[in-house]
Amino acid sequence: MQGEYIIKQISIFSENKPGRLAAIAEALEKSHVNIFAFSIAEANSFGVVRALVDKPDDARSVLEKLGFAVQFTDVIAVRMKDEPGGLHAVAQILGDAGINIEYAYAYSGKEAAVLILRVSQAGEAISKIQAAGGSLLRESDLG
Amino acid sequence: MHSWDPRIEEMPGAELEKIQYRHLKTLVYRLYSFSDFYHARMKEAKVHPDDIKTLADIRLLPFMYKSDLRDNYPDKLFCAPQNELVRYHVSSGTTGKPTVVGYTQKDIDLWTTSLARGLTSCGIGKGDVIQVSYGYGLFTGGLGLHYGAERIGATVLPTSVGNTERQIELMQDLKATAIACTPSYLIHIGEAADRMGVSIQKDTLLRSAIIGAEPWSETMRTRIYETMGVRAYDIYGTSEISGPMFSECSEQKGIHIWGDIAIPEIIDPDTGESLPPGEHGELVMTVLQKEALPIIRYRIGDLTQILDEPCPCGRTHPRIQRISGRVDDMLIIRGINVFPSAVEHAILSIPELSGHFMIEVDRKGSLDDMLVRVEMAPEALSDKINDLINIKRNVEHTLKNALNVAVQVELSEPGSLPRFEGKAKRVIDRRVF
Repeated sequence: MQGEYIIKQISIFSENKPGRLAAIAEALEKSHVNIFAFSIAEANSFGVVRALVDKPDDARSVLEKLGFAVQFTDVIAVRMKDEPGGLHAVAQILGDAGINIEYAYAYSGKEAAVLILRVSQAGEAISKIQAAGGSLLRESDLG
Repeated sequence: MHSWDPRIEEMPGAELEKIQYRHLKTLVYRLYSFSDFYHARMKEAKVHPDDIKTLADIRLLPFMYKSDLRDNYPDKLFCAPQNELVRYHVSSGTTGKPTVVGYTQKDIDLWTTSLARGLTSCGIGKGDVIQVSYGYGLFTGGLGLHYGAERIGATVLPTSVGNTERQIELMQDLKATAIACTPSYLIHIGEAADRMGVSIQKDTLLRSAIIGAEPWSETMRTRIYETMGVRAYDIYGTSEISGPMFSECSEQKGIHIWGDIAIPEIIDPDTGESLPPGEHGELVMTVLQKEALPIIRYRIGDLTQILDEPCPCGRTHPRIQRISGRVDDMLIIRGINVFPSAVEHAILSIPELSGHFMIEVDRKGSLDDMLVRVEMAPEALSDKINDLINIKRNVEHTLKNALNVAVQVELSEPGSLPRFEGKAKRVIDRRVF
């Protein structure tokens, strides 16, 4: 099943001004949501905060209550070797398959490094990575 | 004093009024007979050309509004066939529909004559080099001043707006003695010259400036004189009456409205009642000899007063005080009229937005800076920054097309902009004039 490797990322649209990230982080803290990985993309006056969390539904509802605009986005998370060439191996698989990476961010933990990817064709990316011997995370692995 | 046409300009008041009455009578008969629009309006107001028995009877005639031009877009109010027109100008309208003004050769000639008198009255003439730094094109400023300056035998340097460093170089190299532009652009030129190490006062021959198309003040006049050594003269007009058309004389004491060309009135904006000279109210203009787009009792929306006492210059025609404000919420951004309703109209056409918006106007340096905050529709949100940048660009592009002026755009979070019960206050104008 490819579906089990699709992970729900929360994407939060936010104006780029002091205090916005603190407000988001405080809300997640209060509702005991743990952040596994996150990134901010910004363009002038606005940005998008993207996060992988252990309880995405809780995170979404608490943020929406505060007036934030939140969306779920399908991403995949690939384990990388935490050593030189780890990123290259994953990126090469997708490049060879002609799959475009729309954006990516990474997390380097105790067990392994993890690359979170937003790609044009998630299903195809999953099969290519698996066929090349790569390892993907399930949403349950984020706990 | 040197006048372009002393016989007309210094004509005794009673004689001028006779000319005005004759022109008004002719105009009303012509429109009642040949314009469906005016015929219907006059019928509605139960006034017949025969009822106009004195000049003061102009008050019996119905008003004309900006919406009349918009509702009759593009040329339904024209009283001359297209093959008699020699030019169009187009300005932005109130709801996305622009306002089109057509000109016959006679219309252009009268406009030019009016400016020839005005420029001469400011002491400009043959031998002067006039840098025309108003925008050329659909906007009336550039071409209007261009023709007026040529008529008096001055040398025109048609620089239009922008490329300020080059404007300053040309001003020095070609020895410009006068400039026509918006007040804020003149200040901008002064500041840019400072940065270039050029003193307008010492390194150029610039001595007078014909400035208008946006609000300015006596404080600004003093500042321009003190920092640049330039005497600034106010010029007034709107595209509907032809363009920038009437100016101050060398006395700098109000704008002469040539009585054989136009009749200014002041009314109470709420009741429409006529107000006597010296009282402040809404300016209503009748242009007496216009052929292509006749203008009778047009409510421009500017606030001012008619000055009663004769001008020390000796010209006998009525004068108005500099414009003190607007009756509506129209903004003037870098000389271009911008209606918040037109912004709204443009924003409602963009599906990625919620429709809520705020307009913030500031002076950046000396130039107007208009920021439009728009609110994203929740369903248009994207986790991809490129999608958002594209939406922002599309909003900028749509607004630029609708308003004829570039504005800054900021995307706001859904639900974050103020909601209004009753009359919306969507404009924050922090400029000081």
